[in-house]
Amino acid sequence: MAFRLKLVPDETHFNFFRWQWLTFGISALAMVASVIVVLVMGLNFGIDFKGGTTIRTESPTAFEVGDYRQSLNDLNLGDVAITEVFDPSFGESKHVAMIRIGTTDETGSVTPEQLNEVEAALKTVDPQIRFAAVESVGPKVSGELIMTAFYAVGAATLAIMFYIWLRFEWQFALGAVVSILHDVLLTVGIFSLLQLKFDLTTIAALLTTLGYSVNDTVVVFDRLRENLIKFKTMPLIDVMNLTVNETLSRTVMTAVTTALALGAMMIFGGDVIRGFVFAMLWGVFVGAYSTVYVAKNIVLWLGVKRDWSKPDPKETKDEVPAAFRDAP
Amino acid sequence: MLHIPTWKRVLILGLIALGLLYAMPNLFYGKVEQHNDAIANMERTGVETPEDLAARAGWPDWLPSGLVNLGLDLRGGAHLLGEVHVADVYKTRLDGIWPDLRDALVAQRETVGAVRRIAGPDDQLIVEIGNADQIARAVEIARGLATPVSSIAGAGQTDLDIKGAGNRLTVQFSAAEKSATDDRTVQQSLEIIRRRIDEVGTREPTIMRQGEDRILIQVPGIGSAEELKQLIGTTAKLTFNPVVGRTTDANARASVGQIVLPSMDEPGIYYVLEANPVVTGEDLTDARPSFDQNGQPSVDFRFGPSGAKRFGAYTSSNIGQPFAIVLDDQVISAPVIRQAITTGSGQISGSMDVDGSTRLAVLLRAGALPAEMTFLEERTIGPELGQDSIDAGRLSSIIATAAVVAYMVASYGLFGVFASIAVIINVILILSVMSMIGATLTLPGIAGIVLTVGTAVDANVIIYERIREELRRGKRVVKAIDDGFGEAMSAIIDANVTSFIAAMVMFFLGSGPVKGFAVTLTIGLVTSVFTAIYLTRLMIVLWLEWRKPKELIL
Repeated sequence: MAFRLKLVPDETHFNFFRWQWLTFGISALAMVASVIVVLVMGLNFGIDFKGGTTIRTESPTAFEVGDYRQSLNDLNLGDVAITEVFDPSFGESKHVAMIRIGTTDETGSVTPEQLNEVEAALKTVDPQIRFAAVESVGPKVSGELIMTAFYAVGAATLAIMFYIWLRFEWQFALGAVVSILHDVLLTVGIFSLLQLKFDLTTIAALLTTLGYSVNDTVVVFDRLRENLIKFKTMPLIDVMNLTVNETLSRTVMTAVTTALALGAMMIFGGDVIRGFVFAMLWGVFVGAYSTVYVAKNIVLWLGVKRDWSKPDPKETKDEVPAAFRDAP
Repeated sequence: MLHIPTWKRVLILGLIALGLLYAMPNLFYGKVEQHNDAIANMERTGVETPEDLAARAGWPDWLPSGLVNLGLDLRGGAHLLGEVHVADVYKTRLDGIWPDLRDALVAQRETVGAVRRIAGPDDQLIVEIGNADQIARAVEIARGLATPVSSIAGAGQTDLDIKGAGNRLTVQFSAAEKSATDDRTVQQSLEIIRRRIDEVGTREPTIMRQGEDRILIQVPGIGSAEELKQLIGTTAKLTFNPVVGRTTDANARASVGQIVLPSMDEPGIYYVLEANPVVTGEDLTDARPSFDQNGQPSVDFRFGPSGAKRFGAYTSSNIGQPFAIVLDDQVISAPVIRQAITTGSGQISGSMDVDGSTRLAVLLRAGALPAEMTFLEERTIGPELGQDSIDAGRLSSIIATAAVVAYMVASYGLFGVFASIAVIINVILILSVMSMIGATLTLPGIAGIVLTVGTAVDANVIIYERIREELRRGKRVVKAIDDGFGEAMSAIIDANVTSFIAAMVMFFLGSGPVKGFAVTLTIGLVTSVFTAIYLTRLMIVLWLEWRKPKELIL
């Protein structure tokens, strides 16, 4: 017998609903907590959403953040934040800092003259400093970007809901949407909690995990529909348990392969992309959880049509005949 | 499901071979890029230099030479989002209407009385007439000057919106005309920016319109957004105006039809000028950098025939009078006319360095922007940072693929090998499709490819898990595989459609890097469905035909 790595045994009989109030309670609590965290701590918006200027500096010599700050103090720039960036790939002779300057006036970002002053001031502290990237976004654009991001998440949610409603039943659509909401809230929540930079790429990551999570949910729903046809008399809760157990191996497999790929990117992909990858990685776990513990609970509570065989009423046997297969 | 006709097999393998072929140039990125640049260069200049010929020979002509475009975040360069002040144009055009309107009204002086233009907002032309009771007649005369709007949206409307109240006649552009004008202004700006950037000759700039009045400019390889701004942020509106007087008072009162403009070189000095220029930059046919008699950098220019005639006529009748050379509302210089200039050529000199004179010449040649532009977004990415990102992206893609392959093989044995081959081919196909359609790869796009490596096996996992179940139920190998594929289809399709929806939304949301991510993700979805369903199945079918296994451990 050849060796096969199986994280999930062939046959599982977990009762996913035994603790359903607890697990759903945890989810609900986590969602509420996320909202509270965002309200209390706020989000660390990047310049995409808040406007302002970021400068990424690179220097072959080590530096003190304090020295940088000192040199910029006299320039009257308002809100300046300096952070040192660390990455395993940098090595001894690469020291990176991110300098973020808030918007100084209505018209937007830092003026070119101010930017020149900033660069000159930093050069006096650290003559070998290089400016790897300089980005400015005016408040006009950043305001619009926030709205676009908001619409995008809304539009994606609606479109997916519509598709699932079309393919399945409205209860499924609602279940999927609640799980999307769960994933979005928890992702935004963790970004707020850890004060990670929240910018346009975070929204892209959010939309990706949203697609991923629904993808997961849909695979379970697909099997659920099949089982509902197959076992007409079995109580809904048992059909669901059977379904989740049957698809558990796949859910875990796919979560692991995705996590492996994203984990590699997270470790070796460099600091520029790390926040983006983190959002997706987090989304994979949250998405897998919400598939098992959120989406189908909603369907269970709402109940679902049990008689899927209307087009062909003769077929009422419990064993599924070939003619019944749900061809795409 | 398991019977695949020969033509289908050939088609599947053929598509993959084609994919490999089109992805191949990316392995030799530098060489192919030089090859493409050389061809473009020879086409543009029409000259075949030995260097270009050598660069072209570096890659065979008969092989595909499409490359994946690298986004700014990978290649380094500058990104600008500019907003065109479309309303600027209204004033100029209303000023152009005024002489005609005046003439038409003056011709009816006995009815409408004396005619006088008074100052008003930039988008309005306000005229006072002597006989307030004849305002209806004045409106009628003014309406005679209006012409129908030619745009589709404005069908049936005229370009001028004319109202009379008391003794005042207010002329402004109608909504339809405004929107048509705005559209033209943005198009013109776009065209002029493109010309300016082409004059400098950088590779593959992206210049496109965004929304109503915005222009997105991305130039790879340029040092900084500042540099780019100097090139395209200047309106470069050149005019030659008669000088009325010289003053040190910035608020000097100018009568109607006159303007007060600062001097560029002499601080605190202002000139009062006639607002209507004798000639403008639009009359120029050529401008090139040179040096004046003192060896200072300057710009030589030449007028076209009609400009030369007007300039000649003006200079010959105003000998001894000063005239001003005005660039972007600053007086560069105000020389006195010593003799009639009928040759149609001249020289602009002022305080500028060689770079400045070269740039001014480019700007004058490319033409003036019809309206001012402000910049809402500026990004500069250094080439080193881009290269670091490419290296990190490449390393993490390789590690990610290796990890997924190891895990798949450990989980599914031989079938895991099939899935791994499919995943690797999937990545190659993504690159080849991107090369074919000229899509842009960004850093998030690389993350998208890595993500696809993780999710592309999902379809295989769904199929394999299904086959496992069917085997457990005691089905024979071929039957189990056949059913496995059949039953998994609807889940695979549904799952990918939902991801596709998310990717589409991102595409419409996104700018730059995010859009690149959406494109990569979408292509990855399509190719992964192809490799998971067709390629893996073909591999399994070939294996079944070859080994005819009685049992299968999956």
